[in-house]
Amino acid sequence: MPSNKLFANAAMREVTPLRRIWDEFAESKLALVGLAMLLLVMTIAVLAPLISPQNPYDLAQIDLMDSKLAPGEKSTANNSYLLGTDDQGRDMLSAIFYGLRISLGVGVASTMVAVVIGLTFGLMAAYFGGWVDTLIMRVVDIQLSFPAILLALILLAVFGQGVDKVIIALITVQWAYYARTVRASALVEKQKEYVEAARVLSLSNTRILFRHLLPNCLPPLIVVATVQVAHAISLEATLSFLGLGLPITEPSLGLLISNGFTYLMSGKYWISFYPGLALLVTIMSINLVADQLRDVLNPRLKK
Amino acid sequence: MFAYTLRRLTQSGFVLLVMAMLVFLGVYAIGNPIELLVNPQADEVERMRATVALGLDKPLYAQFFVFLRGALSGDLGRSFVFGVPALELILSKMPATIELALAAMVLAIALGIPLGLVAGLKPDGFIGRSIMAGSIVGFSLPTFWVGLVLIMFFSVYLGWLPSNGRGETVSLLGLQVSFLTWDGITHLFMPALNLALFKLSLLVRLTRAQTREALLQDYVKFARAKGLSQTRLIGVHVLKNIMIPIVTVIGLEFGSVIAFAIVTESIFAWPGTGKLLIDSINQLDRPVIVAYLMVIVMLFIVINFVVDILYSFLDPRVRLGQSSGAGH
Repeated sequence: MPSNKLFANAAMREVTPLRRIWDEFAESKLALVGLAMLLLVMTIAVLAPLISPQNPYDLAQIDLMDSKLAPGEKSTANNSYLLGTDDQGRDMLSAIFYGLRISLGVGVASTMVAVVIGLTFGLMAAYFGGWVDTLIMRVVDIQLSFPAILLALILLAVFGQGVDKVIIALITVQWAYYARTVRASALVEKQKEYVEAARVLSLSNTRILFRHLLPNCLPPLIVVATVQVAHAISLEATLSFLGLGLPITEPSLGLLISNGFTYLMSGKYWISFYPGLALLVTIMSINLVADQLRDVLNPRLKK
Repeated sequence: MFAYTLRRLTQSGFVLLVMAMLVFLGVYAIGNPIELLVNPQADEVERMRATVALGLDKPLYAQFFVFLRGALSGDLGRSFVFGVPALELILSKMPATIELALAAMVLAIALGIPLGLVAGLKPDGFIGRSIMAGSIVGFSLPTFWVGLVLIMFFSVYLGWLPSNGRGETVSLLGLQVSFLTWDGITHLFMPALNLALFKLSLLVRLTRAQTREALLQDYVKFARAKGLSQTRLIGVHVLKNIMIPIVTVIGLEFGSVIAFAIVTESIFAWPGTGKLLIDSINQLDRPVIVAYLMVIVMLFIVINFVVDILYSFLDPRVRLGQSSGAGH
């Protein structure tokens, strides 16, 4: 049975691509900390209704008498709130949990749609070339010459407020990054032999585009998308802070911060500070993960 | 070169027109300003009179042509709220914004380039690593959050710096500026620092990357072999060569500093154009919104155009005209 044993050894030593990516990712302790924080934040966001001490938007559960209590301060009913309460008497911890849910939800949803749009246009530009390429890339160039915040502000000033409007603004702001990234990698992939082989087999354009080119353009796209989720969350928070983002009925972290800003000068820091901290942890953890992912997925840095 | 300039100009004009259309149509489609501007108790006659006076009774395309004709002659309508020409209102707030943006840029450059240089010369040392870590934090923090923390610390906790307004201003060449009075400087410092932080991180990273690259070049080895002092080597040879991309980025980023000033001005109640924009959006003061956006789009087109042209002069390797979609 020596041959069998040899085979088993080989199988044990065989490293799947995912395994390799994980091993390289885990080389940075900082990235692992980031990942742990990110998982925690995501778990909180998903489970917010189950783990919050109260439902901050159920009027029956909040007491106006308890408004603006400092963290740990005794309320009328003789219980205390870990992170204090806001001007409506809401428990800040619960408000933050629910806010995280909205902030992350809006950030992830808009990024996903923008990735799909950018991917499609980027692939089309690279694959068809010619005037399709020129047209798409000209639009991308022009759009990227304006800062994201300005474009988002223009769109919101034009279309008004609302969750859907904010998501549309975030999608519009982001798609161009993906289109550019995908186009760049697709142009390289297009020259490779497997695409030529697929052409020779006279596969349809759609099939070559989505089954052959697309999977090979994904790694750089994943890196850009991870960074962009953080940008989208930060941008949404900024817009909401300025009063142009989400409506008061969908209080994201940015809106909570904005709400507490009024009370900052009178020393009631907790209404603004803790939502801000939650936002910061979210963005930092995503950035840490993205930074390491970029190194792991970058073929130029391969040892 | 001439053909390129001409094509860029045409393109810029087109972008401006599309923006004008988008902004105008969009802005004029939300809400009815009459509801805001006329006393709710006013009767129908009074409302009609105001509608006609503001030109809001005409069909949308007619309003657009009136607007376009006005825009070409520098008339972008009158503010509904202040009753003065919108363009005049924006230009009157412009010095405050420009002062803030310039102060932020000066801070970013004065701190960013030396820090980046140090980090680039000693990338693996403790100081180099700390600078880089700091720049990652600077990148991650949302501008408005930093502003908040600055106010919390310097204004509320320490009570050292005022948290809103421009403070005492003096007239310089006919413009009101804050940076020449002590009171003005105390007002200017926090917003400028807030606005500078992101660009500071960017400049640190850029300078560091450029320095590391430059140190590997032959001319640096050659200069070392010639026995030049480290100061001269860094101060003259390296710095000169890393300046091209840095100057470009500084030029390009100036526009974005003005855009981000919207956020900083709102936090610190700095009476500039950004705060005016947010106030106007909240009050549905459409002519001001439209005029602001037109002015800023114009500004961006000019900045991008100038930087592109300058770039080709600074760096002969850049061939204009072949840049279509190739990325920057």
